Amino acid sequence: MFDKKAKPSPRRQAVLDRYSALVDRLSPRSKMGQGLFRAFVVGGAICTLGQGFIELGLHCLDMTVAAASTFASVMIVLLTAALTGAGVFDKIGQYAGAGAFVPISGFANAMVSPAMEFTREGLVLGLGAKLFTIAGPVLVWGVSASVVYGVIYWLITILG
Amino acid sequence: MPTNRIGQSTIVLPGRPRILAGASIAGKKEGEGPLRGDFDQIIEDDLFGEESWEKAESRFQYEAATAAIAKAGLTPAQLDVALGGDLLNQIMAASMAARELHIPFLGLYGACSTMAESLCIASMLVDGGYARHALCTASSHFCTAERQYRFPLEYGCQRPPTAQWTVTGAGSIVVSGDDTRPALCRATHVTIGRIVDMAIKDANNMGAAMAPAAADTLTRHFADTGRSPADYDLILTGDLGRVGHDVLLALMQERGMPLDPTRCTDCGLEIFAPGQDTHCGGSGCGCSAVVLSGHILRRFREGDLRRVLFMATGALLSPTTSQQGESIPGIAHAIALEADA
Repeated sequence: MFDKKAKPSPRRQAVLDRYSALVDRLSPRSKMGQGLFRAFVVGGAICTLGQGFIELGLHCLDMTVAAASTFASVMIVLLTAALTGAGVFDKIGQYAGAGAFVPISGFANAMVSPAMEFTREGLVLGLGAKLFTIAGPVLVWGVSASVVYGVIYWLITILG
Repeated sequence: MPTNRIGQSTIVLPGRPRILAGASIAGKKEGEGPLRGDFDQIIEDDLFGEESWEKAESRFQYEAATAAIAKAGLTPAQLDVALGGDLLNQIMAASMAARELHIPFLGLYGACSTMAESLCIASMLVDGGYARHALCTASSHFCTAERQYRFPLEYGCQRPPTAQWTVTGAGSIVVSGDDTRPALCRATHVTIGRIVDMAIKDANNMGAAMAPAAADTLTRHFADTGRSPADYDLILTGDLGRVGHDVLLALMQERGMPLDPTRCTDCGLEIFAPGQDTHCGGSGCGCSAVVLSGHILRRFREGDLRRVLFMATGALLSPTTSQQGESIPGIAHAIALEADA
């Protein structure tokens, strides 16, 4: 196994394949229908709440459309952070899966939960170093991808 | 030199070291499970009054150890050696507990197999005359394990259906060579596990990674001792969980040594009820430790069990090697326990 090029012998590979098939047969699967339904309901509810904040901003707080959208985002982040702090959001996440994630609530949870977790190791090397453990990869590759798409867009505009 | 080995890889303990006492301390969720009556103490507070999860886990170990020593009618100064381990990096829960116990200490890492590993070594030390009384302790804590192996506690991700739930708790057992003391049961045979790796890489399916190691140790134990599954009232595996347990039954069936499901169970399945939303059951060093030192020793005391093969299994993975795409080395150590005749 320390030889990088060595592949298992065909006989060994057959044993591994047979074992893998046995494990597959005996392992429970995620319930797809239930997962989709829960994600739809909870994700939809969060988005509806966000729309509610936009309407509130537009009609009651006299905001512009841009300001109302920002207001809604801020409120969802605030609510998620508070629910994470209260120890409730992880249960919503376990129930709803991606439904609790795709709206910006997932991002707020990904920032607040490490903040809560790693404060014990100190504000600098604990909180400071680990705050982005979950959100970090999303930011790095999200920003990198947007740069690539920005360049492509720019090329299209000067050529087109 | 005379040898106490039989067959290829089993050790006979001619002095039959005595298990004098065991103590188990479990967390809140475990205390809501079917074995709640078997634990010495149930701690509702995850932090156990400490300021970090790590210190809390260490205190679980310390309290279980001191309780087991007291139940054995001993004082810590009478123990010649303490063996212990846990899941934390550098097994800090065990080391910090040993710092308070002042007993000569050997730290062990066998992942979830640690309780069996420590019992095997302690029994050999006692049987060989190298220790009069030895202490075995293992612990795990849901919160320390989550943050080390997975995500921050409050991170709202979904656990896959093959996942197991790390048990919060510690178990401790006193092994002794003192013939004048009453024993709950006695250790007779040890089969040390070897690593078996069937290329399972899914850290959320540890039962599948460990089951082949369990089958390997079982097969060698039966071949060496000439025993069969029917010779045991109970074959108790470590934390294979639902998937690993089913895989082990299938593997032993294939090898022509079918296990009777009513006399072969898994600590991970015993500790939680199906309604507790743990998916495939419990895991962690503390799981087999509390089930053995609480539930199983109680059944020995009541005469309900005469002969048990305790075989704790470990998935020896680290988050680093998992991220590097390595498969999970599995291990299983077995120790045969018999009621005092």
